[in-house]
Amino acid sequence: MTATAASLLAPGTSLPLEAAVPAAAGTGVGDILLWGVLPYVVLAIVIGGTVWRYRYDQFGWTTRSSQLYESRILRIASPLFHFGILAVLAGHVMGLIIPKTWTEAVGVTEGMYHFLALSIGLVAGVGTLLGIVLLIWRRRTTGPVFMATTKNDKFMYIMLVAALLTGLGTTLISVFDHSVPDYRQTVSPWFRSIWILQPDVAAMTAAGISFKVHALWAMGLFAVWPFTRLVHAFTAPVHYLFRPYIVYRSRDHRSTGSVPVRRGWDPVGTQDRDRSTHRNRAGTRR
Amino acid sequence: MRVMAQVAMVMALDKCIGCHTCSVTCKQAWTNRAGTEYVWFNNVETRPGQGYPRRYEDQEKWKGGWELNRRGNLKLRSGGRWAKLAGLFASPVQPELNDYYEPWTYDYETLTNAPAGTDFPVARPKSLITGEDTKIEWSANWDDNLGGVTEAGHLDPIVEKVRRESEDRITFEFEQTFAFYLPRICEHCLNPSCMASCPSGAIYKRTEDGIVLVDQDRCRGWRQCVTGCPYKKMYYNHKSGKAEKCTFCYPRIEVGIPTVCAETCVGRLRYIGIFLYDADRVTEAAATPDERDLYEAQLDLMLDPHDPEVVAAARAEGIPEDWLDAARRSPVYTLAKELRVALPLHPEYRTMPMVWYVPPLSPVVDLLKDQGHDGEDAGNLFGAIESLRIPVEYLAELFTAGDTQIVTDVLRKLAAMRSYMRDIALGDPPDESIAEGVGMTGSEIQKMYRLMAIAKYDERYVIPSAHLEDAHNLEEIGCSLDVDGGPGMGQTGVFGEASGRPTPVAVENFNALQARQTGESATGEQQMAGRVNLLNWDGRGAPAGLFPPRSEDGDRP
Repeated sequence: MTATAASLLAPGTSLPLEAAVPAAAGTGVGDILLWGVLPYVVLAIVIGGTVWRYRYDQFGWTTRSSQLYESRILRIASPLFHFGILAVLAGHVMGLIIPKTWTEAVGVTEGMYHFLALSIGLVAGVGTLLGIVLLIWRRRTTGPVFMATTKNDKFMYIMLVAALLTGLGTTLISVFDHSVPDYRQTVSPWFRSIWILQPDVAAMTAAGISFKVHALWAMGLFAVWPFTRLVHAFTAPVHYLFRPYIVYRSRDHRSTGSVPVRRGWDPVGTQDRDRSTHRNRAGTRR
Repeated sequence: MRVMAQVAMVMALDKCIGCHTCSVTCKQAWTNRAGTEYVWFNNVETRPGQGYPRRYEDQEKWKGGWELNRRGNLKLRSGGRWAKLAGLFASPVQPELNDYYEPWTYDYETLTNAPAGTDFPVARPKSLITGEDTKIEWSANWDDNLGGVTEAGHLDPIVEKVRRESEDRITFEFEQTFAFYLPRICEHCLNPSCMASCPSGAIYKRTEDGIVLVDQDRCRGWRQCVTGCPYKKMYYNHKSGKAEKCTFCYPRIEVGIPTVCAETCVGRLRYIGIFLYDADRVTEAAATPDERDLYEAQLDLMLDPHDPEVVAAARAEGIPEDWLDAARRSPVYTLAKELRVALPLHPEYRTMPMVWYVPPLSPVVDLLKDQGHDGEDAGNLFGAIESLRIPVEYLAELFTAGDTQIVTDVLRKLAAMRSYMRDIALGDPPDESIAEGVGMTGSEIQKMYRLMAIAKYDERYVIPSAHLEDAHNLEEIGCSLDVDGGPGMGQTGVFGEASGRPTPVAVENFNALQARQTGESATGEQQMAGRVNLLNWDGRGAPAGLFPPRSEDGDRP
């Protein structure tokens, strides 16, 4: 879309003086759709899809581990990938959520920040990539593991690896090409603005092409997330740290008939879990 | 005191002939599905032998069960909560398929489709995992009847331990002196380490009957339970990606009929009944400092159902009267607590297992007979139990954390029963000194004999059924899509193998089964089979079988 057409279609946006730079040439309908509408469509799919899957397909909600077939490669590759992707996630949280002004306020200079972000980000990103390459290689070459791979899995791997590659590419480009606009002034404000329902389309429009590709691909990945095995990430068992070791469950409070009820555990106040006795129904009967 | 009821089992090992009928019927009932080919909820091991999965008792390697930390508190051997979460991405200690065995089938089609030729066609073994030709090298009972024990017998972790402690005095005749069968199912422990290991909290113990189950909807396939269970009786279904385990045939138990393994047992060696136990003291008992006191601690948890205090506390907890009555008639209580002849398997794992075993006297008797002695003479038997240290030490490692005194006492009781009852069978006056010699009375011995030798079906299985008013609650949640070919029927779903809702286990089928089994006419004789019992019908919808089938011309008959 040309800058002229964009300004015609979106008369409210003033054409900046530096119109010679196409990337900063205001926001067209395409930009609004991509950065102002699509994020909400993706959010709706992620939330709606997850809720739907949680209600419809609890039984299919699993990691579908293949360690039973092969564990030598998995033992290295899987933690490499998972811990790597957690670090990558932490990096994204830092880069996207914490405003530049905050880090500058505590005395982190631009150079320091970028050195840290790029070095840690690259290590985490390369680790993640190496992990997933190993995992995919294992999946392809180990007979039983490959047989247990569904079309859905293959599609998911393409989405995931492409998101990783575009992310790493973005990082590399911004290392060598200093003309790319700072993502902390383009992508990050846009990302934050999504959550307050006032998408800053202009900010994202001004971002480098590599960031745009990565963001688009990431949105694609999020959109398919609830419908792949990636859902297991949503049920990371953090509550294991807090639940009692021994789980008793009674039938007597269940409703009758065929209406599904949410299943849960009943704390029974045996001695090693006194902390749960105050919620204990049976205890009050004593 | 918090009284809870526990359905439990006792197996009298002397009567096991190693026929594997229990394993086969269990497999046909529960694990004849894709993803569970290698899974045997019930398996029978020849001991000495490595067991299934191989060397599962080597907890130095497999890290199953509990241990005590420095402060004397219980701690999972495989690590605490943080350690479990840190190891989530690749479970550090996990049996692989080769530790069980690679399941296979045969290419039977070749037998009928092979072209005419000079060679006989052969049905070659095909792996059920890869579909390729395979070489059968191990199975769930590869070392059955001591097969290959001269090659691999030393790999039995218990043999290793006994040999170590006996300073290699017993090397060669070991394999010749004794062998016995050990049928194993899930122990439905009072302090289950599988449950404690589950990050998702999907494994639970039913408050009504103590059966340990996996919530298939909540399981996320982290597989920590497989590591956690020292008996390796948690299995990973590699198709559905969920953990599965022995269910104690809960739909059968709920309608008062025994488990499939017990029902079909040829030797009639299984007893099912209930214990009343004190749930408040389980953790304390499991944390008993000395391993060898764990048997006594576990026995202490079992409450006397005749004790008025216990009965009052049980009533306060809402345990129904027929359950209390069943507890008073419980064969497992009699064998374990009153007669003290049934022992828990590996109490040192500190899980408080609820499948108990009467250790076998037959290795001792067989040896006496082979040497030309009278295998039913009390003096001979007592002497042999004392002198045959190796079988006793082996049994002690299995059942009493190595305390040979307890095993000796049990074996002496079994020996005394043989001699005492022989006199009666031969018309001689019973020798009361035999009974006194093992700290029993003649009437106790007769009671034990009655229970162990001639008990009928309803004496061996005293199972109170779940209450009618609970029938709806017991019924697995059904789904209108669960028709043949519908999304609930367990074929490949949208999200990979077996996604969608699991096939429900409806209690009604088992009620019908029980009716047929206890009814007067033979199965299939009447046309009522497959029909809905209106007494159990909840008034909703029209389930299949509510109406008689349409006749061929389309009119209702």
